[in-house]
Amino acid sequence: MTSLVIAEHDNASIKGATLNTVTAAAAIGADVHVLVAGHNAGAAAAAAAHIAGVSKVIHADGTSLEAGLAENMAAQVLALISNAAGNYTHILFPATASGKNVAPRVAAKLDVGQISDITKVDSPDTFERPIYAGNAVATVQSSDAVKVITVRTTGFDAAAATGGAAQIETAAAAADSGKSSFVSREVTKSDRPELTAAKIIVSGGRALGSSEKFDEVMTPLADKLGAAIGASRAAVDAGYAANDLQVGQTGKIVAPELYVACGISGAIQHLAGMKDSKVIVAINKDPEAPIFSVADFGLEADLFVAVPELVAAL
Amino acid sequence: MKVLVAVKRVVDYNVKVRVKSDNSGVDIANVKMSMNPFDEIAVEEAVRLKEKGVVTEVIAVSCGVTQCQETLRTAMAIGADRGILVETAEELQPLAVAKLLKALVDKEQPGLVILGKQAIDDDCNQTGQMLAALADMPQATFASKVELSSDKASVTREVDGGLETLSVSLPAVITTDLRLNEPRYVTLPNIMKAKKKQLDVFKPEDLGVNVAPRIKTLKVVEPAKRSAGIKVPDVATLVDKLKNVAKVI
Repeated sequence: MTSLVIAEHDNASIKGATLNTVTAAAAIGADVHVLVAGHNAGAAAAAAAHIAGVSKVIHADGTSLEAGLAENMAAQVLALISNAAGNYTHILFPATASGKNVAPRVAAKLDVGQISDITKVDSPDTFERPIYAGNAVATVQSSDAVKVITVRTTGFDAAAATGGAAQIETAAAAADSGKSSFVSREVTKSDRPELTAAKIIVSGGRALGSSEKFDEVMTPLADKLGAAIGASRAAVDAGYAANDLQVGQTGKIVAPELYVACGISGAIQHLAGMKDSKVIVAINKDPEAPIFSVADFGLEADLFVAVPELVAAL
Repeated sequence: MKVLVAVKRVVDYNVKVRVKSDNSGVDIANVKMSMNPFDEIAVEEAVRLKEKGVVTEVIAVSCGVTQCQETLRTAMAIGADRGILVETAEELQPLAVAKLLKALVDKEQPGLVILGKQAIDDDCNQTGQMLAALADMPQATFASKVELSSDKASVTREVDGGLETLSVSLPAVITTDLRLNEPRYVTLPNIMKAKKKQLDVFKPEDLGVNVAPRIKTLKVVEPAKRSAGIKVPDVATLVDKLKNVAKVI
């Protein structure tokens, strides 16, 4: 019984989500191998070898893997699984945009069901996962020989990034499918912590009224707290904040130490994305706003007054 | 070029579901059912492609109970030309749906298949990718912009940290994200027209697909509740609580 974790990385370093996924893999109880598939990704593979609890790193390097195209990534994973020496029983991806993109392709080719977004490992074949925007938690059991799993990173602590000394093995890179190609990427440049890894998140809602106001009110608070900025779907749909800042059922799922919701009413879809935060603060002038039902500290106030006041008081 | 669009009947997004007291699942008797919101975006995108003249026919497909016919009628009221229901009372998991859709892809030979990125009931986010793998098609998931030419699609995708653009050869599978479009309101005349459109019904056996579930739900429970918090009167108290009680800043 061996688990294979598909690393999320940028070729130079390992992304945090990989560490949470390793913890989930360790909870299954099998040996943990990590696949680093990329291009010129030697540094990322070396970093993966230092993760505590990892016994082997498989490094596949080639231009076909550079952009993380789902077709090629899935082929790479399938090549490792079909090699019987691997004896892989569990394939784990972080439930990030790229993990969610690739995992079902692997499951379908293996003719197995996929268990998405697990938050707990009960046994090697039984897992817990939220359904209905987190309004219910299902315990599910897979009867398939190979379990293909995506891991909700907020459900598991991060494994230590150092302390391990795994051997690194190289594998031939999968051939390019020839059916899809990478064109371009627009990455939002920011000095702030990444939303899914931040210790503090300040999040704005539709009440901010415009993208100018969103920046004007939320940025100083984020700067003061060293926080990442998030937004509700309403704020994103209205164009006040970028798409990738959306917190909620279908956006990012976050669980920081402190989540400050400003002018967010708290639709169930938004709560699904942040209700596992350790401390939740809600600032809203509507006393009936559902966000107050999950907030540890609620401040009933106009955010345009209260947020600058908060910035000054910090 | 034909486009196949998959639509799922789910509990309406405004309904807060309740867990059944015997923990066997959630109670969906007598609650409002609607088309999965991401699938509505998928139908809208397909219809817009037809209106632009790059697509000739839009076929909506749904898999599930008899009442999915209503969901297909909604899709046809938005503008789909005809509907196909794969009718079964069995629980359908994403792999089974992907296999049913693959059988229909073989039959209809569409140039493009558009699906919602995830259903808001099981939150799986699997079917589109699984269909792409089974049909050996390229995929472009979480799309926020689609441009179609005769043999390629250029798709902008919402990924962690920003946007990414891919070029995929057709036939291909696209799954929709929220920002792809804003679905139109269906008008009464279009609802009436939709009632007259062709709707074919198949059984999974007709398509040679075994839909037996692979994953068994052992129990469904309510999530752990957060303990009730307090309201603070002013910013000074809030800062004090955060510093001295919660100790998070």
